[in-house]
Amino acid sequence: MALSRRTLIGLAAGLPVSAALAACGSSGPGKSGGGATYWYLNGQPQESVRAGAVDAFNQAHPKEQIKDTTFQNDAYKTKIKTAIGAGQAPTIIWGWGGGTLRTYVEAGQVEDLTSWFDEHSEVKKRLFPSSFGAATVDGKIYAMPCETVQPIILYYNKKVFEQVGVKPPKSWDDIMALVPRFNAKGIAPFSLGGQSRWTNMMWLEFLFDRIGGPEVFQAIIEGEKNAWSNPDAITALAKVQELVKADGFVKGFSSITADSNADQALLYTGRAAMMLHGAWSYGIQQADGGDFVPGGGLGYMTFPPVEGGKGDPSDTVGNPAQYLSISSKASAEQKKIAKDYFTTGVLQDAEVKKWIDNGSVPIRLGTEKLLAASKSADFLQFTYDIASKARVFGQSWDQALSPTAAETLLDNIAKLFQLSISPQQFARNLNAVTGK
Amino acid sequence: MSTLTGHSPRREPWTVLPWLATPALVVFVGFAVIPLVGVFALSFTTWDGIGAIHPSGLASWRSVLTNPGLPHALWVTFLVMVVSWAFQTPLSILLGTFLAGRQRYRALLGVVYFIPLMLSSAAIAIAYKALLDPNFGLGAGLKIHVLSQDWLGRPGLAFGVVIFVVSWQFIPFHSLIYQGGVQQIPKSLYEAAQLDGAGRIRQFFSITLPQLKYTIITSSTLMVVGSLTFFDLIFVLTEGGPGDATRVLALDMYKRGFQANLMGPASAIAVILVLVGLALALLLRRLGGRDAGASQLEGV
Repeated sequence: MALSRRTLIGLAAGLPVSAALAACGSSGPGKSGGGATYWYLNGQPQESVRAGAVDAFNQAHPKEQIKDTTFQNDAYKTKIKTAIGAGQAPTIIWGWGGGTLRTYVEAGQVEDLTSWFDEHSEVKKRLFPSSFGAATVDGKIYAMPCETVQPIILYYNKKVFEQVGVKPPKSWDDIMALVPRFNAKGIAPFSLGGQSRWTNMMWLEFLFDRIGGPEVFQAIIEGEKNAWSNPDAITALAKVQELVKADGFVKGFSSITADSNADQALLYTGRAAMMLHGAWSYGIQQADGGDFVPGGGLGYMTFPPVEGGKGDPSDTVGNPAQYLSISSKASAEQKKIAKDYFTTGVLQDAEVKKWIDNGSVPIRLGTEKLLAASKSADFLQFTYDIASKARVFGQSWDQALSPTAAETLLDNIAKLFQLSISPQQFARNLNAVTGK
Repeated sequence: MSTLTGHSPRREPWTVLPWLATPALVVFVGFAVIPLVGVFALSFTTWDGIGAIHPSGLASWRSVLTNPGLPHALWVTFLVMVVSWAFQTPLSILLGTFLAGRQRYRALLGVVYFIPLMLSSAAIAIAYKALLDPNFGLGAGLKIHVLSQDWLGRPGLAFGVVIFVVSWQFIPFHSLIYQGGVQQIPKSLYEAAQLDGAGRIRQFFSITLPQLKYTIITSSTLMVVGSLTFFDLIFVLTEGGPGDATRVLALDMYKRGFQANLMGPASAIAVILVLVGLALALLLRRLGGRDAGASQLEGV
């Protein structure tokens, strides 16, 4: 029977569609021929490193396949919770540890890996010991630390500083003095992706520490009554509002999202002079900023001390690592694949090298030589020193707290930066959810 | 096959009709009634969305009703509803009346007007967000000072932008409804008015508008009840911000349920949404007069 032209065209048009459908159909966890599933964040340059590690593992293990799916940061935080609650979690759950991991543990949704780490002590021994803190809930390990250590760093655009003729700030008063200088030249003093809210939070994390020391937030984590009303906390909240009132942040910051990297673009295009951001920002500036990073335009420093503050200037906050947990709902075969991935897939030499090329410090021990040989050696050494020498390495607040308290926190932070609530109101609203 | 019709037994309509309604009923029960009952039940529990569900009586309701966020979200929802209705209805009626005419180019213009209707809300929101970006948007790009406002960063402006974008998206739809409504009006009414010496504006107010009464009620019901569930557009555009300036009830529900892991209070808000929606729909039907089927064409 002769095929008519229309049939052929129909077939040709249908093929890609059916191929695409087949590709979509297997995204349901646990149903794709027994392979393990793995969800993580998209966004370059990190996404390609994650995908590369999975590809390498899949090639080396033809019988143990991992199928990966990527999500945008803020969308992922919601998606993963919903999926876990619905019993549709991927085999390998990517996360930030801390308070969110605790909710998974309390619901019995993730595997206890304590005994596995005892049996495979070689896996544990090759990672930064400090990375296990946020993976541990009530003395048991529920996640495999992975990827990189990410302290929060104060970045600045050297060219803009030269142009205005000023020096990087050495104290909070310096920061406040720099603000009018930059504004006078039409340059925003600080870039900020305020719609994402956790970006604003980084400012409070440092101000709390520099003014009152790490004890202030520690009391909050421990659920102490009225911990947010600590006078040092109120001072910190008032200081950030002073900076907002002085036009310290870029115009329209509350409608800029960090997911789109628009805040990064403001810094490398010279429209903003400084930016407080995670260590991962270096890789983004390097990838997107053209000549900015190679040309020596990017400066970086730790958050400066605040006059009269109690905090140690070496203290830092951020993500001690990223974390991989195993869903307790996964099949025995999937769990085995996941554990094999932990031993032979996570932070292998190729992945370590890629992280270093991107300007991040992987949490594997003994990489000093690789770090020193990298084109980003100075920055990497800087990050490595912060991570290894910090007197206190605090975990990001929204990850350390329970999701319920974190949402109230982020909500009120947005209002604080909007100047629609006072520091006292902020403290009252947060005291109401302390320990929840 | 002419025998088929001849041999098929003639059933009485009342034995066939219930079967015809079954598919719709199954879908309605499966996707509306059962989830509704589920949400109602969940509103009396404490659940983080991940672990076990614990019954907790009225705790969720108490936390929702005493939270200052609720009156605020209700107020924002109400404002969105009223302002977007007041903005969309006159424009939709005018556009619909214009498009119902038979002059040249109107079919073409009609197609152009309907383009926003074909775009997804998320795509519209992303496009507007990019255009309105204070640093990289239209105003900054073209160096037009008036356009480079902090559109989504100031409470009043952000609210205005939300109303504008919502209207931009939905005016085409309501124009379509009004276009149909206007085309239903008998020509003889206009001819009679012309004989009596009524001008175009007089014709519009004395014939078109009164004749559109039921169309206005239908369109308003869709607008008002629809604005209760605005979510996607606002979520992508402002995420309820700045602060909570554009946090409508549906967004509040989502944030509590899926970001703060408080499924109980989120379900309570969902129940409130359903009740408000039902009450509004009933009210609008009442406004339409007792007998909605009454003829508008007496004496024609």
